[in-house]
Amino acid sequence: MSNNAKTREPLFHVVKRTKTNFPFWKSALIRVLAIVLGLIVCGIITFIFTKLNPIDVYKAMLNGAFGFDKVKNFAATSDKSYLTIFITKNRNLWSFLQNSAILLCISLAVTPAFKMKFWNIGAEGQVLVGGLATASCMILYGDKLPPIALFPLMIVCSLAASAIWGVIPAIFKAFWNTNETLFTLMLNYVALQLVSYFCYIWSNPKGSGKIGVINQATEAGYLPTLGDNPIISKYLFNILVVIGITIFMYVYLKSSKHGYELSVVGESENTAKYIGVNVKKVIIRTMILSGAICGIAGFLLVSGTDHTVATDTAAGRGFTAIMVSWLAKFNPFAMILTSFLLVFLEKGAGEISTQFGLNKAFSEIITGIILFFIIGSEFFINYKIMFRGKEEK
Amino acid sequence: MATPAIELKNITKTFGNVVANKDVCLSVDKGEILSILGENGSGKTTLMNMISGIYFPDHGQIMIDGKEVVIRSPKDAFDYKIGMIHQHYKLVEVFTAAQNIILGMDDDGKYSLKKSIAQIKAICDQYGFELDPNKKIYDMSVSEKQTVEIIKVLFKGADILILDEPTAVLTPQETEKLFAVLRNMKKDGKSIIIITHKLHEVLSISDHVAVLRKGEYIGTVTTSETNESELTEMMVGKKVVLDIDRSEPENSQDRLVIENLNVTNRDGIKVLDNISFSAKSGEILGIAGIAGSGQKELLEAIAGLQKLNEGNISYINPKDGKTENLRNKTPMQIRELGVRLSFVPEDRLGMGLVGNMDIVDNMMLRSYRKGKTAFLQRKKPKELAEKIINDLEVVTPSASTPVRRLSGGNVQKVLVGREISSSPTVLMAAYPVRGLDINSSYLIYNILNNEKKNGTAVIFVGEDLDVLLDLCDRILVLSSGCISGIVDARTTTKEEVGLLMTQNTKGGKGNE
Repeated sequence: MSNNAKTREPLFHVVKRTKTNFPFWKSALIRVLAIVLGLIVCGIITFIFTKLNPIDVYKAMLNGAFGFDKVKNFAATSDKSYLTIFITKNRNLWSFLQNSAILLCISLAVTPAFKMKFWNIGAEGQVLVGGLATASCMILYGDKLPPIALFPLMIVCSLAASAIWGVIPAIFKAFWNTNETLFTLMLNYVALQLVSYFCYIWSNPKGSGKIGVINQATEAGYLPTLGDNPIISKYLFNILVVIGITIFMYVYLKSSKHGYELSVVGESENTAKYIGVNVKKVIIRTMILSGAICGIAGFLLVSGTDHTVATDTAAGRGFTAIMVSWLAKFNPFAMILTSFLLVFLEKGAGEISTQFGLNKAFSEIITGIILFFIIGSEFFINYKIMFRGKEEK
Repeated sequence: MATPAIELKNITKTFGNVVANKDVCLSVDKGEILSILGENGSGKTTLMNMISGIYFPDHGQIMIDGKEVVIRSPKDAFDYKIGMIHQHYKLVEVFTAAQNIILGMDDDGKYSLKKSIAQIKAICDQYGFELDPNKKIYDMSVSEKQTVEIIKVLFKGADILILDEPTAVLTPQETEKLFAVLRNMKKDGKSIIIITHKLHEVLSISDHVAVLRKGEYIGTVTTSETNESELTEMMVGKKVVLDIDRSEPENSQDRLVIENLNVTNRDGIKVLDNISFSAKSGEILGIAGIAGSGQKELLEAIAGLQKLNEGNISYINPKDGKTENLRNKTPMQIRELGVRLSFVPEDRLGMGLVGNMDIVDNMMLRSYRKGKTAFLQRKKPKELAEKIINDLEVVTPSASTPVRRLSGGNVQKVLVGREISSSPTVLMAAYPVRGLDINSSYLIYNILNNEKKNGTAVIFVGEDLDVLLDLCDRILVLSSGCISGIVDARTTTKEEVGLLMTQNTKGGKGNE
């Protein structure tokens, strides 16, 4: 020990950054650098294992998400400007936006619960029951009710079903302090089985175990299209609804009394009791809201795009949403970016696995590496590494 | 002259722009007790953390037995036989004392619990500890837990012991016991560094006193050649008036009448037993008692946070003289009755404030419900935050700094400032000066005195008897959940209160 007494200081040590000496652009720079580094590492790994040119792979990813190639082909034959075509004729782009919107919607749903430190990992199930409720209304009342009655019924049912799914663990947590993580997780499987059961009951054709497209002929209960562009109109309604929810959630969390109460409960239950907040009420109320917004996502998925319900309707978004919400540090507007990012990675990964005939697992490796770098960059945003001999000014 | 067991030379440590320690020099001989004295934020704990390997100094040398050493981690510190007893104990609650003590010992592979228990007993006998090695931590009192922590470092063979404010949580009797043990260790040749705020303890236990002020090393004096006023002057830099200004209660009327209060805790143990007293307007009622005698439960019962088994809490409204019964009302209901009750709880960041929220949002805790809309009004809380920062000289970069980032004294100023801003008729403060430096403490005393002059009924739970005797008008003494006496603070003596505090501590009801 004493022989290394000369090295008086370790090579580096870690210092926490303060907000004052760390402007926003620096943190943005660190994030961008992290993504670039992640892409470089992915490139090296891609080259080592597949001998493909990493640039081509990244191009394919961008193509998958934004459809640049198709736009180029159109542009060659059309006299309209590139940008017009990019927006109006590009199914990839709009499907990307719609997918992001749904993911964002579910992320917004889990956020108030997370801020309350109620670890709702049951969004998957909450979306599913919402979707199932929507589908049931379409199947049972599609022919019997006029649209003016059918839509409110669908909306009310989906919101109610998901809110109930959310509030059950909340009630148990509030009154008997059960563990909400396990409870919400297990309810996912209940929801899954429920959907399987109805898929069997309402299977079309009979015995197929699948519901198939509901009301294909009448299109009863299909979300109306907006505008006459065949591509945009299909997705626009979803996107507008989610933009509305984003603004609502931002205001709710930041400047409503409810939002304030739930963050106090999340930070310290004792403080909440001390100022006279009814903690049980806040937990239950917040989870009703959280569940209900999941219900909107379920409704949009079934009525807006899928027109059916299946066990994979939520497609893991309930879990991805957790990451979206955390990466954005529970800021609804930052979640727009994080949901873009995650949907882009997912779409891009899908594209390269088909285009290059790569194993699906390989594209997941790439997604994983990039996410690792992005999440890892948070460390450098919160802490500073001081090397030996360099003084802080 | 013998080489000192541990010597620090020109130790400097900065955190960002804050200099926590600047050119500190200390030395401790074998068989010597050194006190480190300083106000809050003077860098005592930082200094000790550098010795125990938690922080690394920017400059300076640490010498052990005359040799320069590098301490990079608590493990390194241990290799040099330095053991630190932290303010917050780090014990596994469900383990026994012995299991906690041998935890992390990996030298020779297997450890025999039986052998270790014998060793632990030997250590206890040698130094005069009282400990049952088979007792689980969760069954232990604070002082027993501290004993476990001390034995833990002795068991690992520490020769240099650092105790960070060991007496903050102890009763006077327990403190005496601890000091007896420390003197035994000293005889055995151990070097002890003890951090404390309390001057009389410094004088009674240590051989030398090192004084720090705002991170700077002021000097070391020999205890036998100094006195309280010299140390205070070294510590605060200027002469601090030690007497608290106390006015006569004016126009005193019953404000809060408590009758036959009985409370049992979750384990079914009676924590408040037949408590009856009244708090009067324009008066400071002190509550004395050893820690855990029911002070917390009493205040929480009044604030509506604790369910009562029996008893009544009546509030007499100063406006119309009407009596409201607060029994088993929630804090919300109490406020709706028009009772202006303010409460500065013991656990500031865990109950009174939200650490991660900024000062403005913390101001809102009491008032956010105002206004009919569903939205928050941040304008008034912001003004209040700024007013408190100005009036109480809160040191903070801005009103939008999370309170978690403030120092203990400033956190308390924010909390007390908010609680008095609603011009309360009853103000309850639990240990409002705990962990505060002298200047902040006096600021709090002044606030309490002002409230008293404004006709507020102040209930002050304190631990320092000198302060209780100087500040309060009457002192209610709690002992094991019973009232063992209510005395006039002007005529009583420290001995009388001390005696009442220790009365009927063993379950028996005594003479009420």
